[in-house]
Amino acid sequence: MQGSGILGRAALWLYAGLVLAFLVLPILVIVPLSFSAGAFLHFPLPGLSLRWYERLIEHEPWRRSLANSLFVGIVATLLSTVLGTLAAFGLARARFVGKGLVMALVLAPMIVPVIILATGAYFFYQPLGLTSSLSGLAIAHTVLGAPFVVVTVSATLGALDPTLVRAAHGLGAPPFLAFRKVTLPIIAPGVVSGALFAFVTSFDEVVVALFLTGPAQRTLPRQMFEGIREEINPEILAAATILVALAVALLVVAELLRRRSARLRGIAP
Amino acid sequence: MATSALELRRGLRRAERRRNLGGLVLTLPLVAFLVVFFLLPILGMLGKAVENHELSTVMPRSAEALRHWRGLGPPPEEIVAVVATELKEAHARRQSAIVAQRLNREQAGWRNLILSTARRLPEAPNGTWLSTLVALDPAWGEPAIWAGLRRAAQPWTDIFLLAAVDLARDDHDAIVRAPADQAIYLDVLARTFWISGLVTLFCLILGYPLAYLLASLPERWANPLLILVLLPFWTSLLVRTAAWIVLLQREGVINDFLVRMGLLAEPVALVFNRTGVLVAMTHVLLPFMVLPLYSVMRGIPPALTRAALSLGATPFLAFRRVYLPLSMPGVAAGCLLVFILALGYYITPALVGGAADQMISYFVAFFTLQTANWGMAAALATILLLASLLLYWVYARLVGIDRLRLG
Repeated sequence: MQGSGILGRAALWLYAGLVLAFLVLPILVIVPLSFSAGAFLHFPLPGLSLRWYERLIEHEPWRRSLANSLFVGIVATLLSTVLGTLAAFGLARARFVGKGLVMALVLAPMIVPVIILATGAYFFYQPLGLTSSLSGLAIAHTVLGAPFVVVTVSATLGALDPTLVRAAHGLGAPPFLAFRKVTLPIIAPGVVSGALFAFVTSFDEVVVALFLTGPAQRTLPRQMFEGIREEINPEILAAATILVALAVALLVVAELLRRRSARLRGIAP
Repeated sequence: MATSALELRRGLRRAERRRNLGGLVLTLPLVAFLVVFFLLPILGMLGKAVENHELSTVMPRSAEALRHWRGLGPPPEEIVAVVATELKEAHARRQSAIVAQRLNREQAGWRNLILSTARRLPEAPNGTWLSTLVALDPAWGEPAIWAGLRRAAQPWTDIFLLAAVDLARDDHDAIVRAPADQAIYLDVLARTFWISGLVTLFCLILGYPLAYLLASLPERWANPLLILVLLPFWTSLLVRTAAWIVLLQREGVINDFLVRMGLLAEPVALVFNRTGVLVAMTHVLLPFMVLPLYSVMRGIPPALTRAALSLGATPFLAFRRVYLPLSMPGVAAGCLLVFILALGYYITPALVGGAADQMISYFVAFFTLQTANWGMAAALATILLLASLLLYWVYARLVGIDRLRLG
């Protein structure tokens, strides 16, 4: 009995370990290949070099697409953070008829397939002059990113103990001071991690980009998509490796924020 | 005393109203933004599935006459005359291509029929207009083209929606099965659901034990392992797809390894086919299964399983009768989420699948960007949207909309 329990536990660890390897290893395998001195995607590597990274820096389309992606990502992040944070506050305090419907609309962009938004935008951003334009893409990405901000800010607001704010009022703080000194520090991690989500969503988005951008507005994901479709080469893997490094950095920031938020709310980290 | 109570109540109500109003004002910017840039474009796009204005714009009198005509075969001469003259005029204005394009949606080949007829029509009829047309092309003597013109003359059309489920209208406007060479969309739809279902199943099989183990560990152990689950979640979809191509392709890392180990005589095709799609999609969507499972399993008190064990249940029985039912909300949430997200997948199948592995989104993109057949794109998008919204509704009822967290 005891023996079979330990054996079962070991089997579970082994299985879970394999699943985790399945999740992580494919991503890590591209990192060494991007430093290969050769052009073939084989192990063992013929030698190490930075030539593919140099190509990446020298190649005009990659630089331009990175600049485009950063612009779109930053605009979309700012817009979705402002709109999403306001809405999260509104939804937390108001009770009105049709609130369920508003909630469903606000969260729908996470569920509705992106191709649907892309096709709709393709037809109806045109009269607004928003096709073949980075602003149009930034607006579509705001649609996709705002729900994440609403969700993360709502979560921190839901965990915000209202007695803390009331205590601040009771101690004589005017509403704005109470907001700045009590509410804001507690929800800030939610706002920032929502903003990170919005940025990553935009920075990684291909489908709308395929529909709304012309050659002059090519974004990084679109550049990668077309590269992968043609023929995958170490240059693309070099770009991919940089994106993995970015993901790790953002993940670490998000995790630190989560811990900070838990601590501020009085939950042990 | 009574008045002060009344005043208090009134004051409270006023405060409540102010609070609600403030909340509404804060919510409004996002709602307005989403209505303008999300809801209206989607509704407008859906409208394109039934839009039918080409003929009535280019040949308004013909459309008007055909709309009221009933019957089979070539219509009376006065209607034929209107059609022929307007077609000639349209050609002179260089607009006959618009009509030709629309008619080609009714039947492939009619583009040519319309264009060549429009080009060669004489100023005056040679006998009747009908015999003139038949002399140019015998197809004008058949009922089919006239029924097609009548359908194109209606204010709305259902041919795209019908075609999206492999149906069509015959010369009597009755609904019939689409001809075999066009009846491909039920297949695409079935394939989309089948791939999504398989991916959901694989995610559950891989994700449940992992979430179970993580939930049973103390948090200081579980958290670092959870980060491994979150890493792919934060990594670009394109990076992950590229990684799978590198791993699975014929000269790829996995084939290389298996051949060198002597497990395979020669490399096998693992990518640009169904296997590649299933593997890559399972990898991409697995975190969406593990996270909801984990959060539900964390909430299951370990004391319950211990109680079952101390009452004499075997570990398996305790799991099946106590733990498994309690983890079902997580299973439902994870499966629904993965299934909904999988339904709309486009990029992954487009990059790692073959021609026979493309899902419905691919065809929406194909018809919008490649062939400009917007009616067909909108009809397929309508079906995809309806399926997603239906499942979204089930999710909201079963799991709760406020539990929707993709991170």
